Amino acid sequence: MIEKADQIFILLAHWLVSFLPASLQHPAMVLLGVVAIIATFPAIFALTVLLERKGLGRMQNRYGPNRVGPYGLFQPIADGLKSLTKEDIVPFNADAVVHFLAPVLLVVVVFMGYAVLPIGRNMTLVNMDAGLLFFFAIGASSELSVFMAGWSSRNKYSLLGAMRAVAQMISYEVPLLMSSVAVVMMTGSLSLNKIVDAQNQYTYGLPHWYVFTPWGFAGFVLFAIAATAETNRSPFDLPEGESELVAGYFTEYSGFKFALFFLGEYVGMMGISGLGATLFLGGYSAPLKMLEVVPSWIWFFAKIMLAMCAFIWVRGTLPRLRQDQLMNFAWKFVLPLTLLNLVVAGMWRFMGDGWLRWVVCSAVLLGAYVLMGRVGMRKENFGPRSYRYAE
Amino acid sequence: MLGEGILKGLGETARNFAGSFVSAERLTTVQYPEERIAPIEATRDFPFLVYDGEDWQAGMRCVACQICEKECPPKCIYIVKSTDKKPDALGKPQIYPARFDIDISVCMSCQICVEVCPFEAIKMDTEFELSTTDRFGGLLYDKKELSKSNEHYHKVHPTEAAEVDARLAEEKVKADAKAKAVAAAAAAKAAAPPAAAKPATPAVEKAAVVAPIPAAKAVEEETKG
Repeated sequence: MIEKADQIFILLAHWLVSFLPASLQHPAMVLLGVVAIIATFPAIFALTVLLERKGLGRMQNRYGPNRVGPYGLFQPIADGLKSLTKEDIVPFNADAVVHFLAPVLLVVVVFMGYAVLPIGRNMTLVNMDAGLLFFFAIGASSELSVFMAGWSSRNKYSLLGAMRAVAQMISYEVPLLMSSVAVVMMTGSLSLNKIVDAQNQYTYGLPHWYVFTPWGFAGFVLFAIAATAETNRSPFDLPEGESELVAGYFTEYSGFKFALFFLGEYVGMMGISGLGATLFLGGYSAPLKMLEVVPSWIWFFAKIMLAMCAFIWVRGTLPRLRQDQLMNFAWKFVLPLTLLNLVVAGMWRFMGDGWLRWVVCSAVLLGAYVLMGRVGMRKENFGPRSYRYAE
Repeated sequence: MLGEGILKGLGETARNFAGSFVSAERLTTVQYPEERIAPIEATRDFPFLVYDGEDWQAGMRCVACQICEKECPPKCIYIVKSTDKKPDALGKPQIYPARFDIDISVCMSCQICVEVCPFEAIKMDTEFELSTTDRFGGLLYDKKELSKSNEHYHKVHPTEAAEVDARLAEEKVKADAKAKAVAAAAAAKAAAPPAAAKPATPAVEKAAVVAPIPAAKAVEEETKG
């Protein structure tokens, strides 16, 4: 019974394709998986947007949307209808083809990342050996879409936003990868399924999640920071920067194309949350041995939603960084720590079992954190500002 | 240590988030169409014309002097004087506005019309739900739409309306006294010896015509003072 609930979608898909001739069954299975992903995640996106608007409202002591339907539950439908019925405006001087392709590319790329994510036990669309590599390669393409949008719009705000986005995404791509490399080192595999399997074990009923080790915890925090920057979320939302750049790279988008950017952003967030959960939080595995009765896919979605709530919480709390702070933080703080984390992961691997490796690894990481925070992030005093004018 | 402030900030937003579900005074939002707060007494938006008694046409205080029309900075008032006269609230025959239009899409709610009116005829209303489907005709208010009773004035601005009423009553007493004195003087002249009876008749007629004019002047002086 538990087994059936866990595998319900697989069994359902098998039952559905059993009506087809044998030669068509495999493509039909793949197609079903694609349709399921494309249907599920936008639905969660709608839910998340509502959650975000209501949650942010509560953080600011407001009600948030509560007019459409009971408790404002139909607000996403109203938003969707509105963006669908709005006029689609393309600037006269814009590069129409690229302008059209940018949001499409973003959505395609963002959904392709889900192909390798293990959503539940046996629920990976493509069980790739280099799944992690595929995810990052595809994820990096979203920068292309952002720059296409900014460049083709022929608008200074769009272009500035796109420039910022590319600079930011490339800077944070490095720590994002580096913090994941520690996991690859420990697992010895790029396959996301193997990474989950390595964490899906229990000692005294407690899971072997990587986040419960010193290097895993540090890696998780660094990954979370880099992922926030990578998805252009507040406090790293400089590319959108509505108080400075109107709407950043999608200033010139309206109607459904704007909605596609919005969708792409949130689905991308969910994708990277899913990856973070897979790498550090044990993917679809239950947090306690006795909770394994709950189907695995529920755990995966619960972890994604938890990550989304954290994103919303951070957005409701922190103000936007300045460009130089953003870059300093990436290159002077996050990147050195990820590099050190690789060394610590190696130490952890070769120090054998026992309490010593806990103490040493934790001390190294904590010491480095405090030291880097004191020295690297020190407020620099440049003295009074001086100006030199042209003769 | 680095990150301390972030944790403190996260705690603050978490407290706000949880607190908004628990304590009602955190949520200061008034859910407008269902909930309302009573407007403060000094609230004002657009002018209306005050009338006394039941009939808005008979009781209208406005005498179409056009001072408000001339003073209005955005020129949103349009008045056409009547050609005939009609007794006003005090019973004197007065000109009345044949047309009195205010375009509230132009009005800037400055209250200058109220300040210059010598007859306490135009006052500020507090009605703000004025949306209409017709942006031209729907926002151009004519005499009938602008007329509201003195009771309505008492309802929206009680203190101010009481002051105005006291002032008007005082003026009425003064005007009555003056009219009485004039009438008495005329009667005394009429009661003079019959030798003077012949020139007395035009004097009485003259008194009857002249009587209202000083009274009106007195009212004007009172309000200006």
